[in-house]
Amino acid sequence: MAVLNYIQAITKALKEEMERDEKVFILGEDVGPRGGVFRATDGLYEQFGEARVLDTPLAESAIAGVGIGAAMYGMKPVAEMQFADFILPAVNQIMSEAARIRYRSNNDWDCPITIRAPYGGGVHGGLYHSQSIEAIFANQPGLKIVMPSSPYDVKGLLKASIRDQDPVLFLEHKRAYRLLKEEVPEEDYTIPIGKAAVKREGSDVTVITYGLCVHFAKQAAEKLEQEGISTEILDLRTVYPLDQEAIIKAASKTGKVLLVTEDNKEGSIIGEVAAIISEHCLFDLDAPIKRLGAPEVPAMPFASKLEKEMLMNSDKIETAIRDLAEF
Amino acid sequence: MVRSVNELGLQRINMPQLGESVTEGTVSTWLVKAGDHIEKYDPIAEVMTDKVNAEVPSSYTGVIKELVANEGDTLEVGQLMCYIEVEGAESGENRTQPEKPEKAPENNAPADKDQSMKNRYSPAVMRIAQENDLDLTQITGSGKGGRITRKDVENAVNNKDQASNQPNVKSQQIPEESQKEQVEDFTPPIIRRKPIKVNEGDREIPVTGLRRTIAQNMVRSKTEIPHAWMMIEVDVTNLVAYRNAEKDQFKENEGYNLSYFAFFLNAVAKELKKFPELNSCWAGDKIIQRKDINLSIAVAHGHELYVPVIKNVDEKSIKGIAKEINELSRKARTGNLTADDMEGGTFTVNNTGSFGSVESMGVINYPQSAILQVESIVKRPVIINDMFAARDMVNLCLSLDHRVLDGVICGAFMSHVKSILENISSDTTPIY
Repeated sequence: MAVLNYIQAITKALKEEMERDEKVFILGEDVGPRGGVFRATDGLYEQFGEARVLDTPLAESAIAGVGIGAAMYGMKPVAEMQFADFILPAVNQIMSEAARIRYRSNNDWDCPITIRAPYGGGVHGGLYHSQSIEAIFANQPGLKIVMPSSPYDVKGLLKASIRDQDPVLFLEHKRAYRLLKEEVPEEDYTIPIGKAAVKREGSDVTVITYGLCVHFAKQAAEKLEQEGISTEILDLRTVYPLDQEAIIKAASKTGKVLLVTEDNKEGSIIGEVAAIISEHCLFDLDAPIKRLGAPEVPAMPFASKLEKEMLMNSDKIETAIRDLAEF
Repeated sequence: MVRSVNELGLQRINMPQLGESVTEGTVSTWLVKAGDHIEKYDPIAEVMTDKVNAEVPSSYTGVIKELVANEGDTLEVGQLMCYIEVEGAESGENRTQPEKPEKAPENNAPADKDQSMKNRYSPAVMRIAQENDLDLTQITGSGKGGRITRKDVENAVNNKDQASNQPNVKSQQIPEESQKEQVEDFTPPIIRRKPIKVNEGDREIPVTGLRRTIAQNMVRSKTEIPHAWMMIEVDVTNLVAYRNAEKDQFKENEGYNLSYFAFFLNAVAKELKKFPELNSCWAGDKIIQRKDINLSIAVAHGHELYVPVIKNVDEKSIKGIAKEINELSRKARTGNLTADDMEGGTFTVNNTGSFGSVESMGVINYPQSAILQVESIVKRPVIINDMFAARDMVNLCLSLDHRVLDGVICGAFMSHVKSILENISSDTTPIY
């Protein structure tokens, strides 16, 4: 089994899916000969040709719109937004068309598109290259939002997303691309969408998070284990719709819940997670549900120190877990 | 009882616990004033509790700084009465009793001293405690500010399960504490739907001290204990004759009365020895049978009713019992009953006959399981061998806790008491 980083696992998933199903094709800015600005489509143009790896104009509405049209026509497009920050011109297509078409056409039409977009800060990208945009899309029935936390997960979940018969917004943390490495199986596998995963078993505090923050939570948990604090980590994997069953189970297990996001705290995904817990787990709760997120300022400061201050990291999570454990 | 306030030698004197199940006391008289110098153990105030009047001694030598409580104030046990400035503030007492300072601890104070979260229970803690019938006051919290965490109660549940799996049954030596807890936990379910109107000329008497205790105990007893009653009539002609023959000589020798009541107590104590079921109390998940036979007797003084206890009645002669009745009555009349005189009763015998009653239904003296009312001895025509006879008759009325006792056992007890009383003579029951 080869050790791959996050972006290599993505490339692998794309390659394998394109080999498996000729309806799968890629469109986006610089995805062709350039291989994508993050090299996610590296080598695919060479392997599959310009008909299946399409460079597009700088028009996100067109990337989404063309993809949606192709999907409704029976193709399996994988549309790439160069940065998640630029997805906003495509919101109308994604919400009003892709997410609605199955419902609106009474199942006559569907839209099996996958829209990949790198999100998140920590790469010195400033305002337009660092934001978390998942919350904007997280109350649109018909749309699924998948945010993998590791190379293994990203490969399995991307394959599942491409094969899914409905639109999936696939958000990859750009800092994870070369930060996270692990062994990824050569063989074909998928990870079910809509299911969260327990990434660590523990009994004192439950951390529920997603994306790159899972990595920071694991680091914090390993450190705290030496102090005798045992942490359960639930990786949401899919942030819309949420895996209520797994959330309830994980929260009830310890009764002390820490929710972590890199997004601005107010109105973020974890607020919804908190609501699910408070609806279902009151009599198992032993402490207030704690949320850890970014302050209410636009992501992300360009100044390195401020960017570091704003970003989630394992120290912040560690302190929050310890506080809860001691409560 | 005494807690440090700061390092400067200013100490609190709090309302002490003056006897079992006493939860508050009323400051009747201050014996000191601010500025007075007092020695350790000097009395500083007279305090009236629902059981006794007592003097509160000072725990320190020093100067009274401030009297916080006013005369007439009713304070809960542990509440601040006054401040005293202690001489030689470096004395060990400051340091050895640093529990719960009144002001919030400083940030650098050790975390384990902070108990501010001790009584804050999370939903999980409440649920687990209720499901497992745990007393949260008995659990030490490991969380911040002494908070009881879910893990703490889960551990307590596990320990409880282990404890209940152990085969050894507890003997009758139950610590007083466990019993006390249950008594104090009781909240009388009194619901007054409408305020009662006071008419012009009516006198309003505040319910305090002893009256309130009697009221609370009665409500507690009547609401918690399912009462059942029975009455037997006893022919005490022989007893009357015997006592009349002896009473003048006895008075002359001993200086106090040879009362009928002593004979009744004697008979009851003998039979309680045979029927320990009646000398017991209900303790929720168990019945505690008492080893000692300590009879509570009701003694009225003015408008007050005291229930002092004669201890180990089964070991005492008629004279010994008569002497204690006399002594306790005297103390009640002069207001000298101590907490010790009132504690430890296991069964109550009430001399209702002394105020002319011939039949009554007593309310059990909580947490005992039965009370016996000895009614008036009256001459009545009785048929013996198909002939009328004038006999001295008395009714004995028993109220019983039907959770603990049933009619059969109580009937047997009562008929044995009857048998003793009907056969009293100088042969069967010597006075000395």
